[in-house]
Order: sequence, then structure tokens, then C-alpha cells
Amino acid sequence: MSAHMETVTGVDNRKFAMWSLIASECFLFGTLIVNYFVKRNRGLEGPTGPEIFDINLTTLSTFDLLMSSVAMVLALHYCRTKELRKMQAWLGVVVLGGAIFLGFQWYEFNHFVNLGLKLDTSVFGSAFYMLTGCHGLHVAVGVLWITSILITSLRKGEAWFNDTVIEVAGLYWHFVDVVWIILFTVVYLFVYI
Amino acid sequence: MSSANSQQTGLWSWITTVDHKKIGIMYALAAFFFLVVGGAEAILMRTQLLVPNNDFITARTFNSMVTMHGTTMIFLVVMPLSAAFFNYLTPLMIGARDVAFPRLNALSFWIFLFGGILLNFGFFIDQVPRGGWFGYANLTSLQYTPDLSVDFWAMGLQVVGLASLIASVNFFVTILNMRCKGMTLLKMPMFMWTNLVTQVLLMLSLPVITIALLMVTFDRHFGTGFFIPGEGGSVILWQHLFWVFGHPEVYILILPAMGIVSEILTTFSKKPLFGYSVMVYSSCAIGFLGFAVWAHHMFTTGLGPWATTFFSAATMLIAVPTGVKIFNWISTVWGGRIRFTTANLFALSFVAMFTFGGLSGIMHSSAPIDSQHQDTYFVVAHFHYVLYGGAVMALFGGIYYWFPKVTGRFMDETMGKIQFWLYMIGFNVTFFPMHFLGVQGMPRRNYTYAVDQGWDLWNWVASVGAYATAVGGIVFAINFFWSLKKGAKAEGDAWNGRTLEWTIPSPPHEYNFGIEPTVTRTDDFWYQKYSEDGKKLQPPKPEKYDPNDIHLPGPSYWPIILAAGITVAASGFFVQGIGLYVSLLGIAVVVVSVYGWSFEEA
Repeated sequence: MSAHMETVTGVDNRKFAMWSLIASECFLFGTLIVNYFVKRNRGLEGPTGPEIFDINLTTLSTFDLLMSSVAMVLALHYCRTKELRKMQAWLGVVVLGGAIFLGFQWYEFNHFVNLGLKLDTSVFGSAFYMLTGCHGLHVAVGVLWITSILITSLRKGEAWFNDTVIEVAGLYWHFVDVVWIILFTVVYLFVYI
Repeated sequence: MSSANSQQTGLWSWITTVDHKKIGIMYALAAFFFLVVGGAEAILMRTQLLVPNNDFITARTFNSMVTMHGTTMIFLVVMPLSAAFFNYLTPLMIGARDVAFPRLNALSFWIFLFGGILLNFGFFIDQVPRGGWFGYANLTSLQYTPDLSVDFWAMGLQVVGLASLIASVNFFVTILNMRCKGMTLLKMPMFMWTNLVTQVLLMLSLPVITIALLMVTFDRHFGTGFFIPGEGGSVILWQHLFWVFGHPEVYILILPAMGIVSEILTTFSKKPLFGYSVMVYSSCAIGFLGFAVWAHHMFTTGLGPWATTFFSAATMLIAVPTGVKIFNWISTVWGGRIRFTTANLFALSFVAMFTFGGLSGIMHSSAPIDSQHQDTYFVVAHFHYVLYGGAVMALFGGIYYWFPKVTGRFMDETMGKIQFWLYMIGFNVTFFPMHFLGVQGMPRRNYTYAVDQGWDLWNWVASVGAYATAVGGIVFAINFFWSLKKGAKAEGDAWNGRTLEWTIPSPPHEYNFGIEPTVTRTDDFWYQKYSEDGKKLQPPKPEKYDPNDIHLPGPSYWPIILAAGITVAASGFFVQGIGLYVSLLGIAVVVVSVYGWSFEEA
């Protein structure tokens, strides 16, 4: 199967596919960001971004997501050095970081709804929820994926050090993280310009 | 894993197959089915327009026919037929045993098939999409289309698009990662190059339409106003998003055809492709520039002088690599020992018809002229010359060319030539007069016209041409089934070919190549048969191998289940009341099959 085959470029097929998917995802988020820029000042009702964004809270959740990316790097490292406990521990930290980020987002969305900004309140709200919601969905998929990897490792123990699988999941996780840095900049920081 | 000797047959083997050849055949059959549907829609429209003030079909039905003819022909005929060639030929041409991800390949096909059915589901409940193939906002809003037709359209395209996205990643990786020994990028057959560029275009343009369609769905189901001006939304944004996808899409349709034509012309001229590397660079240039011309579809929206100038210039620029290609094809044929087989006739007609369509395309690049042509039959004539005279003719050429490889039998040349001339004449009789109708001011998508408008003659002529084409289609169908049973037997190297697929038997073994091939140059197979000065060489004896040593990925039923889950999840939007639960059920099936898939021993 593809997993054990030599390739022309020397890059594993699955890793190559993930890079391709990331290229595609760039255009996905690019479209959402363009839509957000078009719509962000055109909300006719409800609160606007500068009125409700809480930069302190979002900075904290951004830091949390960044740290989970660091944990991913360490998990891959310990997979390659075949230190099972450390690898599992850091995979656990990645999952925890992702889950905490989702918690922040859950709280933020609830908070905004309480302030009167729902999905259908204004086009600003629609574009905001669609953009950050799409990113949140990507984080959720990542959490599910890395949890599955962790469970596989817990069940198979020393017999399972599949660094390609962890690297591919890591690529995805870092990409989701990079997207968030861009979103944090264009959604939350551009308010101050 | 299954051993190469255990040939499987029967319906179940097709449903669970991960063999790229079987998947390719299924893509082709599905495309033929939708070709009949899309063709019938065209015939209904031409019959309505046969005479002025006709009441053969209603205005509403006519709108549906316009919409579904365009959507079907683009997404369910030309794209899957190209995908059929990609599937069948990519591993054969690069000397591989299968694609990089065989099960994902099966998944792509099943998602495509179910998405195609979803797209056409409106026919069963008389709510056929009727907002045009480009579904301009705000025709698609709940206010102007309260029934479900837009949901079928948006969700159907969403699902079909997902199939293309998965396939594009798969083939991108396959071409770059699975080439046989010695086949560097610039030694690949031309078709593999246009294939590669097509996959890049698909990968980068599909996410844009995914988001745009999602926004339409949100507008209709969740109360947002992305495309509703009254709520601060932007109608023009839809046009931008649609054409950022839609223009690369045009090249997604034509690039595979260009590759197919390059293969056919070289074989039947017995000459190498003229200016191979320039052809490669032209394909890449077309792919790159294809992303910088979308707004030429929108000159009449008032983009302002700077944007108009830019997009006008970029559009003229893209004619350069395209023109280079046309001259290269002519130079390829020039001085060759040409065999006028049916396949070659179709390929040659592609070059001529595509040039016609390209010329009227350059006319459109001038914004002032475009403003006059916008929404007239001139535009209809233009894009049918490139997509029908171009892409479809090339695809038919490809069918005649590779039919012996797939089935081991030739298609009948006499019937083939009858079909070719019916198509060639019928096509030109239908679409050439549309140039006249266009400059006379006949608008597109109008279901009828009055007696005194001066459009009677050319409309009548165009309709007669369409009927001739339909007869050609019937001839093709007869030829197809007759040749399957009674066609002349074909050898492995059926046409004295140049590329790797002709080195193996027709039809190929399940494992493609007994011994993985090695190449040293472009058209390596040709130079094993002939020396540089054209003398016939003694071909090397084939090496012995044991088919039992070749291991292939086993069949899997997860792709079809996963595709069904995705389709059920999407169809939740059509069901009143319990829609959410239907979607959740679909998502549950998706989750289960993703895990089933992961734990399956591949």
C-alpha cells in the first residue's frame, strides 16, 4: 500500500496529500476572510466588532492554541526517539489545548449572543460566525483526530510509533494554528487600525 | 490484500472496487448517462426555439432546461468524462500499478455519482433548478426562489465539488510521486502535464465555490444576508466568488482535452509533439493566468477603469500561450504521415473549432465590445465553440482512441466517421448562426421570440443542426454497443502508439504492468520500436514475471458507505421538519465509516 512504498519525490504520499489539502484550505479561508472584510462594516443592526471584542480573552485563547502546537512538535519528537510515555503525554497536551480553545470559543459565541449578536442579526455577525466557526470546526476535527491517535497509541503501546501519521496530523494542526494567527490579526487586531 | 490472479466479477466487485481502471469505466458510463440527460434538455430548448411564439414548453420549464443543461454538461459530463480518462490512464501513462490512494479514488466516484443524482433530484418533485448554471444572486434567495430548487442545485454542486477536490489531491500526488523509473517531469506524456495542471486548478478553485455555495445555503436556511442587499449583503460578491472559481473551471474543462488531442495527433502523425517543453510551459501559463481573468465575466457590472483594464489585458495575455499551443499542434501534424482515423478527425476538428471559439473569446476581452455581447447568443456561440467544438470533440476523439485499450476491440470506423460528420456539421450548423443572432441582439435564456424580430431563419437552422447532432449521438451509441460485442480485435499496441499504456495487453491486467517499466526519454516506447531515422527495430523480449507475486489493495465497501453518508447529510436540507436529524444521521454514518476505513487492512 501507499504507506510503505518508495515515492519519486521521497515524500510520503499521505504527507504530500496533506500539503496539497493545505494549499486548498488556504483558498477556503482566503474566501472567508475576503467575505469578512467586505461585510465587517456593513452590519445594519446589532453590535459591531469593536463594541464586543474582548482582546484580553482572545489573546489568552490564542496563546493556548500556540502552545498546543508546541506540544505537537514535542509529541512528534518523542515519537521519533521512541519514548512512549512522553509522546502520549504531549499528545494529551495537544488534545487538551485544542479542547480549551474550543471552550473559549464556546464561551465567546455565547457571550456575543447575549450581547445581541446572533448569526442572523447582521451581515457582520454572519461573516464573523462563519469565519471563526469554520476555523473552530477545523480545530474540532483536529482534536478528534489527535484523540484517535492517542487512543491508538494507548492500546498498542510500544508496538506503535508511527511518526508519519503523527507528522501528517501535526501538519494539519500547525496549519489550523497558523490560520488562527491570521484570523486573530484580521478580526481582532485590525479593530485598532 | 488480494493476489493479482483472483479476478473478480459481478456487481459487488464493481461496488467495492478500488481498481483505477474499473473506476474510470464507471466514471465514463455515468458521464454517458448524464450526456443523454443534458442532450435531451438541449433538444427541448432548440425545439421550443424552432419557430417564433412557440409554446412547446413553458417559460418556467425553459429556464430549468437552460440551468440544468449547463450544470449537467459541465459538472456531470465533461468533468467526469475527463476524470474517466484521468482514472484509466494516469497510472498506465506514468507506469504505476494504481493511484496513490485507491480507496479515496473510489470515494470520489461514489460521491460524484450521488451528488449528480442529488443535483437532478428536483425532476422527481417538479422543483428543477432554474436560476442559471451560475446561480446569480439574488435569484437564489428565498424571496425569489421559495421552493427547494436552489437547494438541490447548491447542495448537489457542493457534493460533486467535494468529489473533484478529493480526486484532485489524489491525482496530484499520484503524478508527482508514482512515476516509473526514469520518467522525470519533462519526460511525461503531454496528457499527464495537462492533467497535473488541471488538478492544481481544481484544488485551488473549488474551495472558493464551496464557501460561496455555503453562503447561499446559509442565506436560505439560517437567515443570514450575505447576498441580500436589504440586509447589507452584496450581490456582486457572488459574481466575484463564482467566477474566481468559474474561470479556472473553464480551463479545468479544456486542459484535459488539450492533452488528449496532443496524444492523438502525435500517434496519427507518427511524429513527436512539436515544441514539447513549450507546450508544458504554455499549460502552466494558462493555469496561472486562469486565476487572473475572472472579472472579464463581469465587465458590465461597472468595475471601474483600472480593474476593467487589468482584466481586459490579462484576458488578451492568456491568448498567447493558447495560440502557441495551436501552432504547435499544427506543426506536429505538418509533414507527418497522417492517418485519418475517427479519433484523429475528432482531434483535428478540436484544433479548428477551438481556434474559432478562441477568436470570439479574444473579442470578448475588449470591454466595450463585451458590453455589446453580454447576455446575447454571441456568448452562447463562443462558449459552445470552446466547450463543445473544443472539449467534447476532443473527449470523443479520446474515446475512439482508447476504446481498444479499455475493451480489447476497435470501434467501428465507418459508423465512427458518420458520427464525426454528423457532429461536425450539426455542431457548426447549430452554433455558427448563433453569432449572427447574437449581434442581431437576441438575448440568451429567453424562452421565445416574436415573428417580426428577424430571428426566425437562424433559429430554425440552429435547431435543425441540433437534431443532426442528436442523430450523431444515436450512431455513437449503436457503434459503442456493437463494437463491444463485434468490434475488430485489438492488440496491445493498437495504433502503433508512443506512450506506456500501449506496451501492455488490451485490456490490461488488473495489475497493469508485470514488471514496473523504466523509461529514458519522452515517447520511450516509440524509440524502442523505431530508430531515430525511422528504421524498424527488433523490440526487446518481454521479461518473465509471476503474477502471484504482485499484491494489489483489496476491495473495500467503505468508500460507497462514506459517500452515502455525505449525501444523506447534504439531503437534510431538503427535508422539512426532521431535516436536522437526517443530516445528523448522515454525519454519524460519515464518522463510523471514517473509522471503519482507518482500521481496514488495506
